[in-house]
Formats: sequence, C-alpha cells, structure tokens
Amino acid sequence: MSKNINIHVHHLTRVEGHGNIVVNVTDGTIEKCEWQVPEAPRFFEAMVRGRRWDDIQTIVSRICGICSITHSLASTKAVEDALDIEVSEQADTLRILMHYSEQLQSHVLHVGYLVAPDLFTAPSVVPLVPKAPDAVKTIIRAHRVANQWSDLLAGRTTHPTTLKPGGLTKIPTEKELRQLQETLKATVNDLVTICEVVLSVADKLPNFTRDTEYISLKQDNPPTYTFYHGDITSTDCNGDGPVHIRDWEKVANEYVSPQSTAKWTRWHRDAYAVGALARFNNNADLLSPLGKKVADMFGLKKGNCNPFMNNIAQLVECAHVVETSIEMIDRLLTNGLKEEKISVTPKAGRGSGCVEAPRGILFHTYEFDKNGDCVAANICIPTNQNHANIQKDFEAFVPQFMDRGQDDLRHGMEMLVRSYDPCISCSTHMLNVEFVK
Amino acid sequence: MSKPRVAIFDFACCEGCQLQIVNLEEEILDLIGVVDVVEWREAMSEQSQEYDIALIEGSITRPEDEERIKEIRKRAKILVALGACATIGGVNKLKNNFDLDEVKTCVYGQDAGMPHLATGMTKAVDEVVPVDFKIHGCPIDRKEFTYVVRCLLMGKTPVIPDYPVCVECKAKENVCRWEYNEVCLGPIIRAGCGARCPSTNFRCFGCRGYVENPNVEAAKEVMDKYGLTIDDLKQKMELFGSKQEPTI
Repeated sequence: MSKNINIHVHHLTRVEGHGNIVVNVTDGTIEKCEWQVPEAPRFFEAMVRGRRWDDIQTIVSRICGICSITHSLASTKAVEDALDIEVSEQADTLRILMHYSEQLQSHVLHVGYLVAPDLFTAPSVVPLVPKAPDAVKTIIRAHRVANQWSDLLAGRTTHPTTLKPGGLTKIPTEKELRQLQETLKATVNDLVTICEVVLSVADKLPNFTRDTEYISLKQDNPPTYTFYHGDITSTDCNGDGPVHIRDWEKVANEYVSPQSTAKWTRWHRDAYAVGALARFNNNADLLSPLGKKVADMFGLKKGNCNPFMNNIAQLVECAHVVETSIEMIDRLLTNGLKEEKISVTPKAGRGSGCVEAPRGILFHTYEFDKNGDCVAANICIPTNQNHANIQKDFEAFVPQFMDRGQDDLRHGMEMLVRSYDPCISCSTHMLNVEFVK
Repeated sequence: MSKPRVAIFDFACCEGCQLQIVNLEEEILDLIGVVDVVEWREAMSEQSQEYDIALIEGSITRPEDEERIKEIRKRAKILVALGACATIGGVNKLKNNFDLDEVKTCVYGQDAGMPHLATGMTKAVDEVVPVDFKIHGCPIDRKEFTYVVRCLLMGKTPVIPDYPVCVECKAKENVCRWEYNEVCLGPIIRAGCGARCPSTNFRCFGCRGYVENPNVEAAKEVMDKYGLTIDDLKQKMELFGSKQEPTI
C-alpha cells in the first residue's frame, strides 16, 4: 500500500472550465483532499442590472456556451414570470423541442468526446479516430444531428437568436419539422450503437457508491420526465410535496467556501447532487420505452448512488429526448403550425425560471422596475450545486482507492469530476496556469 | 515539412467559441489531419510550450491573466483572438460600467473581500498584447473560422468584411428590424455573420464590433425617422460594446 501520495492536478483537462485536485497522504494518513474551484468570477448578476427585460437573455446566454439554450430558457421563463407574460402551447412545445436538442448535443459531447478517452485509455478523442473510426464517426454524426436540430429551433447551435419573452421570433416550417423527425428516427440506431460501444467498456467505470441527496425538477400534471416544467424535488423529500421554483433559494442555501470562487450549496444534508443521475433517480419511471431499454442495458436502477453512473444516465436521456421529440413533432404537425404575434407591456415585478441544464437543475430570478429595467438578479448554476458533493465524494473515494497507487488514484479522481460533466465557466473563470517547463 | 503546431487557450468566457470548433463535426477530422493540435485543455490532456498559431478565447480580467497572455504571446508565432470576449471584450465589459468593489459585493455579499474573488477591469486581448488576427462574433462563425485557419496555413492574409451588417441583411431581403420598433445595431456593426440574428427576426446587438468608420450620422437619421433617442441606442450598444468607440 502506498504510504505517501502527492497529487496536484492543476487545471483538470477535458472539462468545461477550470478546477484543481489536491491530495496529500503522508505515512498513510490523509492530510489534504480537496476539489478546488479557483476560477475568476464574471459577475453576471451584477452586470444585468439596468438592462431591459428583452436584453436579459442575450446577456445571460453567455454564461455558458455549452448550455446556452438552457440559460436562455431559464432567463426567458423568469422574465415571463416577472412580467406576467403568457406563452402559447405551440411556443411552449417548440421551446421544449429546442431544449431537447441541447440535452442531446451536450450529452453526446460529454460521453463521446470527454469521457470516452478515459474508458479507452487515451488522452483525448484524437487517437481514437484511427483506432475506432466507425465509432467516432457515429458519435460525430449524432452530435451533428443535435446541432442541426438546435440550428433549426434556436436560430443557431450556440446562443439562441429566436427566443423572446412571450414566445419565439421565428418558428420552423412544417416541412422542416418533418425532415427533423426523419433525421431523429434515423438517429435512434446511432444512439443504440453508441450505447453498445460504451457498454463494452463500462467495466472501466469504478465501482464506487456514496449515498447522497439527488435534486431535480418533478412534473406531475401531466406526469413527465421533465427538463422544463414542474417544481423542485429531492430523494430526501420522503413524501413531502415539491418546492415551488420561486422558492429555490430555500433549496440551494448558497454559501461561499474558501476552496472555491463558485458558491456551494446544501439542502437536507451537507451536500447534494444534480444532473442526469439526479433526474433519473427522481423520475426514472417516466422515461420513454427506449430510455428504459438503455437503462436496462446497463443495469441502471432508481436509487443508484454511483456518481460515475451519471455518464450512463446521460445516455439514457439521449434515447429519451430523441424518442420523445419524434412524438412531439407528430403532435405539432397534427395541430398545424401558426404564426404568433408577441406583445409585451413592461411592468414592475419579480420572477423565477427553473429548467434542467444537461448537467443539472438551473435557477434564475430577476426583479424589474416599472419600465422593465432589471434591478436585481440571482442565478444558481448546476455545477455550483455539485461542488460540495464532489468534495464529499473525494473524501470517501481517496481512502477506498489510495492503495492502488498515486497514478490510478489521480486518474480515478479526474474521472470522478468528469462524470459530473462540470461546467465551471458557468459564472466563473480561473487563471493561475503553471507552464510546462 | 512538419505540421503547424496549434494551441487553444481560454480566459474569461463561456467557451462557446471553442465549442464551435468541436461543432465543425466531420470537418474537424480534416483539420486535425493538417495541423498538430498541441494544447487544448477542454478537449485534450496534453500540454506544450511553443506554438505556430495560438488561438485565444476570452477576455483578460485579472493581473494573473495579463501575465499568462504575455507568456503565451512570447511562445506564439501567430496569435489569433477568437470570438467577441477576446476581440472586443464582449458582454464581460458590462462589468466596467460599475464600480468593481460594488460589483463584488453585489454577487458575494459579506464575503466579497476574500482574496480569491479579486477581479480587475475587463480587457480585450489586444489591450494587453499585440493580436495578429481577429475572428469576430459571439459565438464565432464556423465557416469564417475555417476560412481564417486555411488562410493562415497557406500564408495568406484573411479578408474580413469592413462593411455593416445591413449590407448582408438587405441581400437576404429581410424586413428591417427598425420597422418593428426595435433598436438594431446593423448600420454600425461589422458584417460577416450573414446577418444571422436579423434573419431570425432578432435585432443585431453588435457582437462583431463596430466597422472601422461607422456612419454615426446615418444612424442618428434612422433614429430620428423612427422616433427613438440616443439613449435607446446607447443602451443597446453597451451590451457588447461598453466603454468603446464610437461614442455618440
């Protein structure tokens, strides 16, 4: 057994944003074991003050390039809540369809490009191209489909241009929707292939379990595996009703840790987890048939507390969003698409919007004066909500895996952080680079 | 001949421009075939120490940033600013409209004094080190990115439009956003995006920065015609162009 371990991963690679892993073990005693997020803050909540209600989405979309559609939707819903703006059923459905495109894009990017190299023992996806060209091309194809899907609904793949409080500035034609539906039907086979590839190396995911609290949206009316509507629930709720999204601050209980420029959160315990596995643990019985099939392939069951299985829950959701979207397009085409006019009268108010980002639940709240100018904002990002949980995982993981030696332990801890699909630049950014000498 | 060594670095930003490189999809395999990507933290574990081309994403917001970008500049033969945060400061510059201590207190409350929360004025990359080329936009346009990279690999100087978005918007036969009472920055903002936002019925908010000699007088005439004020225009110009020319 290794008596001394000294790990300092400065700027973990293959994650969105910057984080450090620091472990010191001397004579078998753990002296330090930290997940640090020293990323420099970007102060979005301060910057939106004084901006008009219809500029909020344009600004806060830039919190994150990978989940820009999610930030745009959360902020747009918050503005609509504050200004009492109604949204038609058609616009609502098209927005959910837009949101699903980002879930697929982000999940495929994460599992296919960022996690797969760990499972195939490669430093990046590049060396995998000659080794497994067909698998890589299948992943790229699924990623391209997701982006074309975003292009159609959101105006482009990153930073939507079609979202406006009250509805959408542009809607697709029925012909375009029909083509999208055909593409999605063809993508189902690619997703099954990707799942089979991952299944063939799934034994590389460490067998590590730590009981924790899982928080996500929950929608009862109608019961839905939700990313967009509903209230806040948790695996610790034990039958207590869900919390209304306007009261999200009571769930997140944000606090500042000296380890991190991103705020940390806690609810029933000292840490909680959000993301695909949290949604699965709260809502798995509402998955589409293909989503359930993928979960069965991997033996993933409700109540799973292995953080590495978040990667698998993301694959489950890829299948779910594609299958569900095929049905949603049927419904849209049956009803027929109508051009809708948006009309908004600014007023004073405070409102919240809450949606599920690919990496977990996201909260936005804004307050406006009578002219519709923003006077205050509060935003709580999924990765912030996972930081404390990653720290608690580290504290359990290191004693269990430290006898495997420093390199294996470091690799395991890097994989552990990656499995949360962190998006650290959401709200912050860090800069202390140590250059390769 | 050895392949050009390319590195990608990110500073304060959303990393959406790097994502556009990933979003090249199948085309990225061609790119990997002709260049040697030696450092790209978001996608790879390898690191390097000298680069033929360094692509810089993000704004410079702290003294440590300035040191890091200066070090990268020393190691890079060609330095390219990638996207609005790097080329003009982007939305990050909204922060410069406020007192920095007040901004910190607004977000972190009583913990604002903690040393790791320090921040400075937001700067575009060329406010700190010389920049050889700029790829504009928020996010960058994928076609423009591959065009610029192709030019650099062939030793050519890329030609970036220096006419306003209105030119491309008119060519697409879009109805002017001003007709909908929206303050659109098309008349003064650099084209090259294919008027993507107005083409989806969304006003131009200026992510590609101003053209070299913006026709401010014409913009004023347009505002008079539609009964809007200088303040309306300034409000919109601040989104991506806080504390920048042209001043009106």
